[in-house]
Amino acid sequence: MSTTNYLTCSKGWKSWFLTLDHKRIGVMYLTAVLSSFALGGLFALAVRLELFQPGQQFMDPTTYNRMFTLHGAVMVFLFIIPSIPAAFGNFVLPIMLGAQDVAFPRLNLASFYLWMAGAVFFLVSLLGGGIETGWTFYTPYSTTTADSSVVSALMGVFVLGFSSIFTGMNFIVTIHQMRPKGMTWFKMPLFLWAIYGTALIQVLATPVLGITGLLLIVERVAHIGVFDPALGGDPVLFQHFFWFYSHPAVYIMILPAMGIVSELIAAGSRKEIFGYRFIAFSSIAIAILGFLVWGHHMFTSGQSVAASVVFSALTFTVAIPSAIKVFNWLSTMYKGAIVLNTPMCYGLSFISLFGIGGLTGLFLGTLSVDIHLHDTYFIVAHFHYVMMGSTAVAFMGGLHYWWPKMFGKMYNEALARVCCLFVFIGFNLTFLPQFVLGTRGMPRRYFDYPERFQFLHQLSTIGAVMLFITFFVMFSYLLHSLVRGKPAPMNPWGANTNEWKCSSPPPFNNFDVPPPMENPYDHTNLVFDEKLGGYRAKQVINS
Amino acid sequence: MSNNHHNENDHGGHPSFLAHHFSSPQQQYDAGKLGIWLFLVTEVLFFSGLFCAYAVYRFNHPEIFRYAHFFLDTTMGAINTVVLILSSLTIAWAVRAVQLNQRRLAVGMLVVTLLCAAAFMVIKYIEYTHKFHMGLTWGESFAPSAEALREVLGEAHGEVLEKPANLHLFFSIYFCMTGLHGIHVLAGIGVIIWMIVRTARGDFSSEYFGPVEYTALYWHIVDLVWIFLFPLLYLID
Repeated sequence: MSTTNYLTCSKGWKSWFLTLDHKRIGVMYLTAVLSSFALGGLFALAVRLELFQPGQQFMDPTTYNRMFTLHGAVMVFLFIIPSIPAAFGNFVLPIMLGAQDVAFPRLNLASFYLWMAGAVFFLVSLLGGGIETGWTFYTPYSTTTADSSVVSALMGVFVLGFSSIFTGMNFIVTIHQMRPKGMTWFKMPLFLWAIYGTALIQVLATPVLGITGLLLIVERVAHIGVFDPALGGDPVLFQHFFWFYSHPAVYIMILPAMGIVSELIAAGSRKEIFGYRFIAFSSIAIAILGFLVWGHHMFTSGQSVAASVVFSALTFTVAIPSAIKVFNWLSTMYKGAIVLNTPMCYGLSFISLFGIGGLTGLFLGTLSVDIHLHDTYFIVAHFHYVMMGSTAVAFMGGLHYWWPKMFGKMYNEALARVCCLFVFIGFNLTFLPQFVLGTRGMPRRYFDYPERFQFLHQLSTIGAVMLFITFFVMFSYLLHSLVRGKPAPMNPWGANTNEWKCSSPPPFNNFDVPPPMENPYDHTNLVFDEKLGGYRAKQVINS
Repeated sequence: MSNNHHNENDHGGHPSFLAHHFSSPQQQYDAGKLGIWLFLVTEVLFFSGLFCAYAVYRFNHPEIFRYAHFFLDTTMGAINTVVLILSSLTIAWAVRAVQLNQRRLAVGMLVVTLLCAAAFMVIKYIEYTHKFHMGLTWGESFAPSAEALREVLGEAHGEVLEKPANLHLFFSIYFCMTGLHGIHVLAGIGVIIWMIVRTARGDFSSEYFGPVEYTALYWHIVDLVWIFLFPLLYLID
């Protein structure tokens, strides 16, 4: 065994900022996306506090518009999209394969610095007056609103897009070319299938966002008229371009989360995953179908009825692969020996919240119902159930699952489970009332509301405060564990994927001895060892 | 492909061009090849946004495109097309030369490619200046001079055309498409210079020629985009 690991093998700021090691880049990404999550969360809290009572509380309507725009833009572009692939994908992908690194380590580092550049552009637009267009940058808001720093925000989106493309390219090539002998496609953990599907979308959809952002910048700076009706342009064309990326982007956000959940549920059920191939192929199916449904964002924007009908029908087909996953997770748990450790709690939380998020999507995909629910709090609640209730919850699950591997320390398990429960309660308290608000006609993005909505808005705000406190406690015990945590065993959860076959934290080269390439979900050979505080192989050779 | 790259000690046997995390030159080459193809896919999609905008506006306003294309200089465009096709041939030849260890020939072919790329940009510069001079610019700033309008009537061979509304949209699309393509040519010039330096100092051989080949693939896509742009913008009718 090596005496040093990837954290201790070299020192000094250069060894981090110029590193080509996928694990260190993953850790840097993790720090970066968590900071963005905190920033985006503060904006959300400001929005919710302002809405505690009707009328103006502590910010004027323009500031309020800037707050929800920045909340959306920061959460989508700086947190959710890079979160799971760039932080956890980078860290575990090569290790899960049994490879030494991703295919293009320098491109990997470049992608991190592009992320940083994108974040700087966002900060510039935050300090330079803010943006009040909503994160979707719809024209003509984005081409005509004065005194806002749309251009720098769009530059940020453009640069972040390339960061995402580079990550996706790297992962596709790594999975195709860097698998060691014996690591066949169907021995890959399901997280990697999900990451692969995600990478396909990143590579195929993000360039369109790039060109859209670029065109919008040119439109705003040079008034070319392509999107500006005053000059003969077509603002709906912008919506088509935007959603051609941004709908598949929803699956960039949710697919990796589903990948994490497959790992959490399998490990927490102490049972082989049910329907491995179905889960694997459903990831690819979601990636493909995700490209064909962008028009469902535009049912009320004047697109033709024929197009709307087709988009509506295609939208419902996405429910099939999603349901395949959920039913396979449930079947995995059936007659399993479920261990309610923190990662598993997050896995269960994901399944119920994603269930609600997914099913409410069906209401919005139905043309007639969408006319009523469009642009209300119903849609806000729906996508928060998917983005936050599902993706962010799975992210937290992944964080607790891989934390011992990444840093070699265990956190306070009891406190972590309590926090998981409070995330679940706080989340539902925030967003369940919003479904009701939406169906009763409360439009999204409004600064003010009639008094009859006050009770539901207050419930929602209380939930948001609860979430804020819970996340604060969570980050505190995680940071505390870095200093005072018990040393983590090699395999705390009893999973059989390759990242649990190297030390915690892994050595610089990932493996001192190449791992055996076996069924990643065969847990029969693993037993819990009190002394280690984790799992080990049953037969001890040479004893 | 073997999995012996886990062993730190066998780095001594690696050729100098092989990055530490690959187990064989073949694996490195294949990874690079797949990587560059994926990059080209993103390039196609990047341009596709503009092609899509072109299609939408041409379908909705064919009269704008028919009228406006008379303003473009077909001869210049045709010369540029030939120049780019020639450069695609020479860069492919350079790849072949590197694979056969013919270093001098490879450098020569890369230099010819570079000259073609430069010639393309010079011709583009002449075209752009002419357009600016005539007031044929994008969107709001579009203000064709009387001279430009007279020229169009001459080009139309006596056929009397009515000047359509929103004529500037054609030039917005023209400048976006050719401008973005021009930026790609400039990027290509930078990479080709870098390849000339590396080839001249002997980095490449029949064992290791990936970067030259990847550059050539990129250059072909730049060429290919132009091959679509030329008829779509210059040869309407």
